[in-house]
Amino acid sequence: MTARTLYDKLWDSHLVHQADDGTALIYIDRHLVHEVTSAQAYEGLKLAGRKQWRVESVVATADHNTPTKDWDKGIKDPISRLQVETLDANIKEFGAKAYFPFLDQQQGIVHVIGPEQGATLPGMTVVCGDSHTSTHGAFGCLAFGIGTTEVEHVLATQCMVMKKAKRMQIVVEGKLGRGLTAKDIILAVIGKISAAGGTGYAIEYAGSAIRALSMEGRMTICNMSIEAGARAGMVAVDDTTIEYVKGRPFAPKGAMWEKAVAYWRTLVSDPGASFDRVVTLDAAAIRPQVTWGTSPQMVTAVDGKVPDPAKEKDPVRREWMERALHYMNLKPNTPITEIELDKVFIGSCTNSRIEDLRLAAELVKGKRVASNIKLAMVVPGSGLVKRQAEKEGLDKVFTAAGFEWREPGCSMCLGMNDDQLSPGERCASTSNRNFEGRQGAGGRTHLVSPAMAAAAAIAGHFVDVRKFN
Amino acid sequence: MEKFVRREGLVAPMDRANVDTDAIIPKQFLKSIKKTGFGPNLFDAWRYADHGEPGMDCSKRPLNKDFVLNQPRYRGATVLLARENFGCGSSREHAPWALLQYGFQAVIAPSFADIFYNNSLKNGLLVITLPMEVVDRLFREVAAQEGYRLAVDLEKQTVSTPGGESHKFDIDSFHKQCLLNGLDEIGLTLRHADQIKAFETKHRGEQPWLF
Ligand code: SF4
Repeated sequence: MTARTLYDKLWDSHLVHQADDGTALIYIDRHLVHEVTSAQAYEGLKLAGRKQWRVESVVATADHNTPTKDWDKGIKDPISRLQVETLDANIKEFGAKAYFPFLDQQQGIVHVIGPEQGATLPGMTVVCGDSHTSTHGAFGCLAFGIGTTEVEHVLATQCMVMKKAKRMQIVVEGKLGRGLTAKDIILAVIGKISAAGGTGYAIEYAGSAIRALSMEGRMTICNMSIEAGARAGMVAVDDTTIEYVKGRPFAPKGAMWEKAVAYWRTLVSDPGASFDRVVTLDAAAIRPQVTWGTSPQMVTAVDGKVPDPAKEKDPVRREWMERALHYMNLKPNTPITEIELDKVFIGSCTNSRIEDLRLAAELVKGKRVASNIKLAMVVPGSGLVKRQAEKEGLDKVFTAAGFEWREPGCSMCLGMNDDQLSPGERCASTSNRNFEGRQGAGGRTHLVSPAMAAAAAIAGHFVDVRKFN
Repeated sequence: MEKFVRREGLVAPMDRANVDTDAIIPKQFLKSIKKTGFGPNLFDAWRYADHGEPGMDCSKRPLNKDFVLNQPRYRGATVLLARENFGCGSSREHAPWALLQYGFQAVIAPSFADIFYNNSLKNGLLVITLPMEVVDRLFREVAAQEGYRLAVDLEKQTVSTPGGESHKFDIDSFHKQCLLNGLDEIGLTLRHADQIKAFETKHRGEQPWLF
């Protein structure tokens, strides 16, 4: 048999039907559902008088527009409230394997709770009406985001109509320097291949630096595959994967566990399997990354400077850079460490897990948030992360330093609730998108690692974590 | 989706070019969690004399008497006659939803915006492209004759006038089959239901922990 990549194996093991024109029906194992992209899909089912194909495939939560404080007061915004109540009603009517509604102790960002509950298992196909579904690829899954019409399609048929993507391998070899994280790796990758570099590809991340990452780090990497243009990103299964999954609420147990592990061990690219494109990075050369513009590919190292559009030869690119610098209110050649901040956000499905919070807490311990910072907030990814952090006393570390400690949810990652930037405000954010207006109309976002965000909160401007103590 | 074979209905003329989706259904109505209920807000800014917001009772709002759909002779129209580049603008699927929920089953124009065209067929709204001269003639006939009706035969791909003229139109066979059989994409996939079930049984056997 020919050598296959991990992507080929996941594709082959879920192929239901292949049409002559290349479109295929792919079976979906896990369907994650949240309040913002599901209402019209459920309504479509009802209107057409259709049934849900497999109730047990659905795991749902409310996360995108839930508030992160004053939970006892409920959801103020009537439209958000209606969306959450509609999800409650739909899950009641259609059913689900599990539902973690607003106020539930285990509620959280859909891409945090899936893995943490063991609802994401190696070898699965996972979809969700959210583009950062690529996160789950960290488990050796084929996972991708879908639109509302497709949500309805999966609810009704358990399948996706799709064409096979090309295969890309991103190999990161070597050892990361002190203070560097998975976030710096993925930002460096996007800086290298561009925000469209992965378009049309399914990416597999490999190499010793990826193998050395925890599952949480791998999730951070896969999460931002979409920012590199790829709908799916994945990492092969190894001991780290299996150790993480073991004992999770929805993970198999006993003899079934042994059987599953034996299969999961095969979820690696065969030696000699070929990729359409291979990109390599030297981990040791990666420095702490900071985005300076309005696309994740507009990124540089913390010891670098805001680039000068005048030096860009391509006129289209030059104009794009100029527009971004104008929006960001930044002058060419400004050292990154001189950029002063108004807000700091530690959260989102990219960086809100326990290791992210531990790392950030370690850096702020015994220090105070700088006086120019109007708001520094930590939003844990889920109720479980929150309680674990509180058990370890991290909440006290953050609040003593002047951070706000919030309830879990997407929060300022997309600003659908009250957590937003005001026009002109500049934020160091551990989230994944720095588009114009993403965190609030007129808001200016710099994407960084949790370590860089924590250090910036203390200094009031960006600092090099490698020198921060 | 309902099967579309042969339909015959009253025609309303929308005599403007480049009608965009924001005119078809203004953006304030997109916050809805529903796929239904857009009919009363179709062409909202043109149709009513006041400014529309979600949640208003449209039956109590002042109408713009001059707007074509408000004229008694076009009440109950199911065929919309339109000008070139109909449906341009954003990709909102709410535009065909609003047209369908108002009661239109077909739109005839010399040209349509791409995404709107596809969204319409996906949702069972038949969009028919006819040559400019033919559309011009139909506009004249509609104006001249109250109660003007057209018959649309999807099987034969023709639009027939009361005067007995028949105009042929093109549609790709994929969409034609979907409409004729009342199949949307879900319906099409469900034609493989047995295959999906068989796959599921095999999959369950191989990876029982997934079920
Ligand atoms: S945290 Fe942000 S990116 Fe992640 S699911 Fe929520 S809104 Fe999407």
